Amino acid sequence: MSTENTIEHKIDKADLEGKQEYTITVYAENRIGLLNRIAIIFSKRKINIESLNTSPSEIDGIHRFNIVIHESYEVVRKLARQIEKQIEVLKVYFNTNDEIIWQELALYKVSTDEIAEKVTVERLLRQYGASAVVIRKDYTVFAVTGHREETDALVKALEPYELIEFVRSARVAIIKDSAGFHEKLKEFEAFEPGEELVENEFLDKGQKIFTM
Amino acid sequence: METAQDTIQQNEAKAETSKTLFKGTGSQVLLNGLIEEGVTTIFGYPGGAIMPIYDALYDYADKLEHILVRHEQGGIHAAQGFARASGEVGVVFATSGPGATNLVTGLADAQIDSTPLVCITGQVFAHLLGTDAFQETDVINITTPVTKWNYQVTDAKEIQEVLAKAFYIAKSGRPGPVLIDITKNAQLQLEEFPEYVKCNHIRSYRPKPKVRVEYIEQAAELINSAKKPFILFGQGVILGKAEEEFKAFIDKTGIPAAWTIMGEGAIPTSHPLNVGMLGMHGNYGPNVLTNEADVIIAIGMRFDDRVTGRLDKYAKQAKVVHLDIDPAEIDKNVKAEVGVWGDCKETLPLLTNLVNENKHEDWLAKFRDYNQQEIDQVITPELYPTGDEMTMGEVLRNINEICGGDAVIVTDVGQHQMVACRYAKFNNTRSNITSGGLGTMGFGLPAAIGAKYGVPDKTVIAIIGDGGFQMTPQELGTIMQFGAAVKILILNNRFLGMVRQWQQLFHDKRYSFVNITSPDFVALAKSYYIEASKVDERANLRQALETMINHEGSYLLEVMVGRENNVFPMVPQGMSVSEIRLK
Repeated sequence: MSTENTIEHKIDKADLEGKQEYTITVYAENRIGLLNRIAIIFSKRKINIESLNTSPSEIDGIHRFNIVIHESYEVVRKLARQIEKQIEVLKVYFNTNDEIIWQELALYKVSTDEIAEKVTVERLLRQYGASAVVIRKDYTVFAVTGHREETDALVKALEPYELIEFVRSARVAIIKDSAGFHEKLKEFEAFEPGEELVENEFLDKGQKIFTM
Repeated sequence: METAQDTIQQNEAKAETSKTLFKGTGSQVLLNGLIEEGVTTIFGYPGGAIMPIYDALYDYADKLEHILVRHEQGGIHAAQGFARASGEVGVVFATSGPGATNLVTGLADAQIDSTPLVCITGQVFAHLLGTDAFQETDVINITTPVTKWNYQVTDAKEIQEVLAKAFYIAKSGRPGPVLIDITKNAQLQLEEFPEYVKCNHIRSYRPKPKVRVEYIEQAAELINSAKKPFILFGQGVILGKAEEEFKAFIDKTGIPAAWTIMGEGAIPTSHPLNVGMLGMHGNYGPNVLTNEADVIIAIGMRFDDRVTGRLDKYAKQAKVVHLDIDPAEIDKNVKAEVGVWGDCKETLPLLTNLVNENKHEDWLAKFRDYNQQEIDQVITPELYPTGDEMTMGEVLRNINEICGGDAVIVTDVGQHQMVACRYAKFNNTRSNITSGGLGTMGFGLPAAIGAKYGVPDKTVIAIIGDGGFQMTPQELGTIMQFGAAVKILILNNRFLGMVRQWQQLFHDKRYSFVNITSPDFVALAKSYYIEASKVDERANLRQALETMINHEGSYLLEVMVGRENNVFPMVPQGMSVSEIRLK
């Protein structure tokens, strides 16, 4: 919960000076404009976001952000406090890569002819644990989940065989060592159900409703 | 079996419980909500997109006093002055587009100085949002970095809940400005509204961190073991309404205490443990001795760079205890040995219970020694000058003598601000109102107007430079129309004085565009039907100041002061606080 003393001091573990990859996990109300408010915290300090994933959590109305940045422990700790300070943010964690399990999803569109003709490709795909999502005459889409190196390696491997299109998702991560926020979220839902999100219902009504 | 009679009775009972208390427009329910929140004064400026609210306001004139400012920037600075002087939430109305964008400077100022504000802006009809309609601006995104919270209302049914949240967020925890943008259809929409309920809880918002007793114990232990403890206090003491608790703490521990300009006035200037001002133009002793103290107790202050100077040379020998309501402030600039998260109104008494009574006579004597050096080399020549030119310091000395420390002093930004903060005497809290964090020139005049509405029984003196006054002089019109009895003191050195001082000291006297000419301020004031006079000789100064202060209504006094006087002491930028210069 925000502003309790729960952003742990991990100075002993962390490399104080050097930059490394950190995954910031944010639990927040699903509110219009909050993404902007969080993004500003980074841009104000001229920090680049490597990847950002936001999606609904297991509780209605609460979203979970995974933000990956390459920064020093001190900078990340301050960022986390600034994010947690925002009114609609419930909780912020930040972790180094050895403290989380993470995955990215990658989709590869390749020529079906090439696949059919060249057995090596098939083997390649098996080797990378890929699965076919769509098979059409003209192309096939494969999906792979994994770390960046793994999905990158398959890109390299497929390039000689007419890789038509490639896309990779932002990181999703789960923290190894904490009890997680799941129990807390359920308590929130039981005692303090979220408010409904109010979107602009008048947007496409034109002059039908109100005129000067 | 249910009879028809039963059904009718049930239906009637249902109707009774769901009876709405108020039927009206979104604008009316907004104004009702403001009254429920205890608002009496609104600063604002009407326009197309906020006209339904102004239309409703016409019928609320007996309950809500609206001050028509001359510019929205003036409106928000006035609301800031009101909030700072009274301790209440300041309220501003502005229209969409340019009205809203003119609030941005004040929002940024209020955000950095933690001033509670609720700003209501009109917005174009909801169906026009995003079409670049006339006077449409994306005010939510423009103001996101400079508000504690903001929200766009597109349906009148949201207004009550959002307004209640806005007031709760603005004034709770670390206060700050909140903006509600209301589309015109929501202002006009006719609805039945339930009773207004104030907000006291938001799921994702914890305004006060849980106080951890173990950290208070660690802090007390550190304080009790200190040989040279030193307290730095800021506006957190005032915002937490913890002046008494703070006084009890310093009285028991006997620790010398110095203030940031935002904390000034939390304890009287005359308090024996009040050792003066910190920072760039602060006092000699507090700055030098920061780098000698063994334990620093920072209370409700945020180690701004104007206070710390060079961080890598700041108090490296000291163990720091930091008390703050905002966890993000602890360890932000200066690493704390012990961080005490919480409202200092709660944490200070807990700490006072655990600390030993002490006197620290020898340590205090060091502050007095340094103070004596500063008196001899800086303060006496500034307050009792022997040359022909008048100094800003002697003007302040005269004000102190006339008002005895009871006036509310509102300053603009520049040399006069530093002189006023250094030399003005205060008996009461909330008496020093200045733009601390943002350093907004143009803040002084409108903020003083607002302060006068906040504390109408007090003498409010606006001290403003000739440069800053020319940024918002149009607010003389507000005074003319609404009669706020503000005393305006222009200290005119015919320069943008602080920039000139820096150019003299750090840019080889290359006075690049700091020479500013001014209109006839006296004639200007008189054109607004405000009494005014000008002094250019010391012999007339005292009398002129007395005339200004004793005058019943508003009054403008222009004092011609030395052109190239500098404010000393000074910690040059990028230097350590112990390298503070007396000359």
